[in-house]
Amino acid sequence: MNRRVAIIGMGCSGAGVRSDAGQEDLIVEAGMAAMDDAGITPEDINASWFGCTSVSANHALLNFSLKLGYTAMTKVQNAGATGADALRGAITAVASGMYDVTLAAGVEKPTDSGFTEFTEGGPVGGSAVGADAVLGEFRTPAFATLYLQRYSAVHDIPARRIRTALTRLTTRSRRAGARNPLAAFRSSVSEDEVEGAPVSSWPLTVLDCCQSLDGAGAAIVCSEAFAKSSGRPYIVLEGIGVASGGLEGRMQQDYDYLGLPEARIAAQRAYRMAGIVRPDEEIDHAQIFDLTTAAELIAYEDLGLAAPGTAVERVLAGDFDLEGRIPTNTDGGLLCNGFQAGASGIRQVYESYLQLTGRAGERQLPNVRRSVVYSAGGAVGSFSAFVQVYGKPT
Amino acid sequence: MESIKDKVAIIGMGTTKVGERWDAGVEDLLYEAASEAFADAKIDPSEIEAGYVGGLSATHTLNRVLKLNYIPVSGVENACSTGGDVFRNGAMAIASGMYDIVIVAAAGKQKDAGTTGIDMAGDPSTVGMEAMIHNGSVPRHFALYATRYMHHYGYSFDELKLTLAKIAVKNHKNGTLNPKAHFQKEIKLEDALNAPYIAWPLGLYDCCANIDGGACAILASPEVAKRYRDDYVLVKGIGLSSGWREGRMSQKYSFTMFPENVKAAQQAYDQAGITDPVNELSHVQLHDAFTVNELVDYEDVGIAPRGKAPHLVKDGYFEMDGKIPVNTDGGLKCTGHPVPATGLKQLAESYHQVQGTAGPRQVKNVRYSLAHSQGGLTGSFSTIVTVLGPRD
Amino acid sequence: MAGITDFGAYVPLHRLGPATDGWSGNNERSVANFDEDSITMAVAAVEDCLKGQSRADVDALYLASTSLPYQEKQAATLVATATDLSDDIFTTDVSHSLRSGTLALAMALDAAAAGRVQGGLVVASDSRLGPAGSDFEKATGDGSVCFQVGSGNEIATLETLVSAANEINDVWRPAGETMIRSWEDRFVQQEGYLDSLQRVLELLKKKTGKTVDDFDRIVLYAPDSRRHAEATRLLGIPRAKLQDPMLDRLGNTGCAFALMQLAAALEAAGPGESILVLNYGDGADAMVLRTTDRIADRPARGNRGLQGHLAACLPVGNYSEYLKWRGLFSEDSGVRRPNLSGPSAAALHREQDQVLRFKGVQCDACQAVMYPPQRICIACSARDGMTPIRLVGEPAKLFTYSMDYIAGTTDVPLVLTVIDFDNGARAVLMMTDRDVDAIKIDMPVELSFRLARSGGGITNYYWKSMPARELFVREREAVAAG
Repeated sequence: MNRRVAIIGMGCSGAGVRSDAGQEDLIVEAGMAAMDDAGITPEDINASWFGCTSVSANHALLNFSLKLGYTAMTKVQNAGATGADALRGAITAVASGMYDVTLAAGVEKPTDSGFTEFTEGGPVGGSAVGADAVLGEFRTPAFATLYLQRYSAVHDIPARRIRTALTRLTTRSRRAGARNPLAAFRSSVSEDEVEGAPVSSWPLTVLDCCQSLDGAGAAIVCSEAFAKSSGRPYIVLEGIGVASGGLEGRMQQDYDYLGLPEARIAAQRAYRMAGIVRPDEEIDHAQIFDLTTAAELIAYEDLGLAAPGTAVERVLAGDFDLEGRIPTNTDGGLLCNGFQAGASGIRQVYESYLQLTGRAGERQLPNVRRSVVYSAGGAVGSFSAFVQVYGKPT
Repeated sequence: MESIKDKVAIIGMGTTKVGERWDAGVEDLLYEAASEAFADAKIDPSEIEAGYVGGLSATHTLNRVLKLNYIPVSGVENACSTGGDVFRNGAMAIASGMYDIVIVAAAGKQKDAGTTGIDMAGDPSTVGMEAMIHNGSVPRHFALYATRYMHHYGYSFDELKLTLAKIAVKNHKNGTLNPKAHFQKEIKLEDALNAPYIAWPLGLYDCCANIDGGACAILASPEVAKRYRDDYVLVKGIGLSSGWREGRMSQKYSFTMFPENVKAAQQAYDQAGITDPVNELSHVQLHDAFTVNELVDYEDVGIAPRGKAPHLVKDGYFEMDGKIPVNTDGGLKCTGHPVPATGLKQLAESYHQVQGTAGPRQVKNVRYSLAHSQGGLTGSFSTIVTVLGPRD
Repeated sequence: MAGITDFGAYVPLHRLGPATDGWSGNNERSVANFDEDSITMAVAAVEDCLKGQSRADVDALYLASTSLPYQEKQAATLVATATDLSDDIFTTDVSHSLRSGTLALAMALDAAAAGRVQGGLVVASDSRLGPAGSDFEKATGDGSVCFQVGSGNEIATLETLVSAANEINDVWRPAGETMIRSWEDRFVQQEGYLDSLQRVLELLKKKTGKTVDDFDRIVLYAPDSRRHAEATRLLGIPRAKLQDPMLDRLGNTGCAFALMQLAAALEAAGPGESILVLNYGDGADAMVLRTTDRIADRPARGNRGLQGHLAACLPVGNYSEYLKWRGLFSEDSGVRRPNLSGPSAAALHREQDQVLRFKGVQCDACQAVMYPPQRICIACSARDGMTPIRLVGEPAKLFTYSMDYIAGTTDVPLVLTVIDFDNGARAVLMMTDRDVDAIKIDMPVELSFRLARSGGGITNYYWKSMPARELFVREREAVAAG
């Protein structure tokens, strides 16, 4: 990259069934918090990137809600990783030199539809026919378990043992969410409650699956030079890797369903840029995109935080517990914050930002120097994966 | 902030035949446009490092259709200026140093919707005034400007209609020179003047058709561009301004101009070092979704004085042999509006004019060409102005 | 003593009549525009009644109608919200009978007499549908009326109310159907209408000793003008005392009809007059009211009232237009696409202030007024220091407009307007009840509550702009002259 990029301010709205707030209210909550955090005003922002999958939430929504005047605004779309892609748009633009201070923001207001379950990957618009239209009918947990079944068979790990690992992840995230004032779910659950809950897509129970909930996130992305001169706390981007699929998993027999090739490739690209050789040793904290705990389990291997076939073992060894070697989803993950296609990618980074700047309150971990954030969007056999590595100022 | 001038090169572009493409889906249109761009750039697709696509469902389509191997692909959406913003994001990706070669592409498949005009369906969260604005057809939004422009500058209804008709006639004439255009026949002034109203005061020939089409560009850093061709075209400046619904809330908003156009053009001119657009631009592509847009755009991008554009139109100032030829490809009027792709289609004409490869509609001695895209509704738009020029 | 303290009315702008091509009736009748229904007309009548008055102390709303959009879900709450009444009031619908209007008024007056209601509103509104080409279609009309009831400053007080019930299927509408049904004509007239009226007059005489000769004004409900004349003759009502039923230019407005006639009577009445209201529907009501001295010196509130609304009219050009409005005839045989989904109930509830009450905000710091409500001021960028301000009734002018000829099939052309309020706010709205040849930049415009895009079983409403009604007063004269 031609310039180093920093994040100098962030803000998120509370997540949940926010019947009190529309898209605009959520944007104002998150956007104003981010600007206040960065110590800037709307006039300081040169351009913005906006993530939202609602078709009628057009370019004007962000500028309108936050009164950003006539600044440049781009809406991005990348399925479930839309929020992450908004952040990438801002990062790329700052790196290009065109802009010094940018805003990445995302919002979703899914509960106005009357549903909190979600499907993903169903193409928007009238042209979806055949297989694409059929897949749009399925719920995301059903996609996740396609991978889980294959994983269990190939690595010869009994379903019971996998179930125990999933329970460990779910109870951990709920414990973390209980300490996060912005989370939608702020109560712990017991192992029995998780395993005794209604089955969503076997072996996942409804407590292993996140819900589609309202929420917004915002980040002020700037050049490191600007961040440094401001004298405020900030984090720097050390690496970013992105990879998008082309429906390989639906067409090609060599697609293994043991993980996401996109995630593996994105991680390699990000680690190369950040100079990371042994991610499992060089990373202190992780934010993993957990639409379901099955997706989280598999992602540990894709991101190199567990060797192939060992994720269950590492989880059960406590590596990713809140007190573990690489504490993961310390904000409660999507499981507690809900899924917002346009905002989740930003809300995930928020936790890394708080941990790295030492402001995570009762969730604060000791000695976080490097945090990895993984977001993904897509459906069966084709995803866009985003891996970002953040660190402290140089 | 730094200018993007001379940091990004276009090494190839491709556009599809536009029209009622019942034979082609989004995938086919992307393939068609990209194939032409690959051939133009003489590039092997495996050399491409990242992609930007326009439209909501195309993100995962690009790699599948073109068999690009897990390159990062982002979807960009900016209403009717989506194509322009796809290009802008791709250009910044090159300028950031993250990638050397980037593909930007978009295809619009408006005809699958079962209508010819854009029909805006809101989501359930949109209620009240926003729902009302988004529910219905688009021409009425732009007709608001025609009504107020006429009132504000004191033009009679007949004067306004004649001006708009002349713009339609000009674009239809240019369209006859473009084999890829949807409409390739001239129209008479009376045809336009007597056409049925679509949204008063706009008639049938004041509105473009929403049809199918795709467009694609291959971008590279100038150093890398040299490896592919000598006559690559350089980005001289890009401006983007997005509205905040001022016109829906504030009485300061005049409805005689689009502030987004003015700001986007100024940003592009500042980056390109242009101070006198009338004399420094050789060719201009304006987003004439409606003739009244083209009329107001002349003034907004500074190639006509405020309130005076109708006089210049009367004098043939923007015709093929005029002072500044505008919409030499026939404009949206004749090449339609395949929404996500339109901005790229505009840039393709500018690219060919700068390169000198525009065939029978080539304007002589083109140096700087401006391409303009505008998307939005009543009182709030996103406008992208891009200036292209030759390598020195 | 409890009584009627004020009143207002609403009549739709459009008329079916001699100027309507393809209309087979001899009379003229009011007809709700395609975007009007009983709810929107009720809102208009309440606005007319409350114009120039505070609405903060309204403490009850009784809504009478036989044509409400929901079988389960109260309509009075919607009317109360759209007219910006307090949430903390008594609301009820009084429905299912053509007598609902007088019944609701009686209930409200009783509550006022009991001291439970200090400033109640009784609104009656109806838009009933008869089969195309039927006598019902010719005789009915659409309209609404609103009375304010309370104690202390009444313009008319209730002296007596007697009622008679009559279980009969003479005219009815089954659940789930849109059209009125009726039994055979002689049966309906004899066993229903005349029998009930005769009985209620006997009851009145028994109770008060009074006959139809003892009143200054008599309001008589009748399904149509023929039956009105027949009843007048049979009941021996002196013609000089009979209130003009307006059946030649308004039509039978259902459960609002008797009360609209009462409003016309009160508009003309002086102090100390005795008014008999005879209403019919599943029985009959005889209501005796007496005007007070206050009726002569009611302060002018600038409202249009019944006569003001009745004077403004615009003929429907062609009968097929009317059929399209009511969904009885569609030119668009091939549906181009699936219907749009309905609005979100959650979003509608959340955005009630801007959608139903039409409230914007005023910035506490710089006083700028903006719509819809903003959290950050468009003028001074101050955050969250906003006071709600309702824009209905605020003077406004047309800034620019367009006329869309392809957007739909019911309201061609669809007129889109940008309107500027004198207080500095701006809004973009559809325009309704307009004459496309008379729309001019800078013309004064008002707001009107109308039906909006509906779907998913939710009947949806929003505000539109419309020209001032006075623009259309001469239309009627021109028609009469022509």
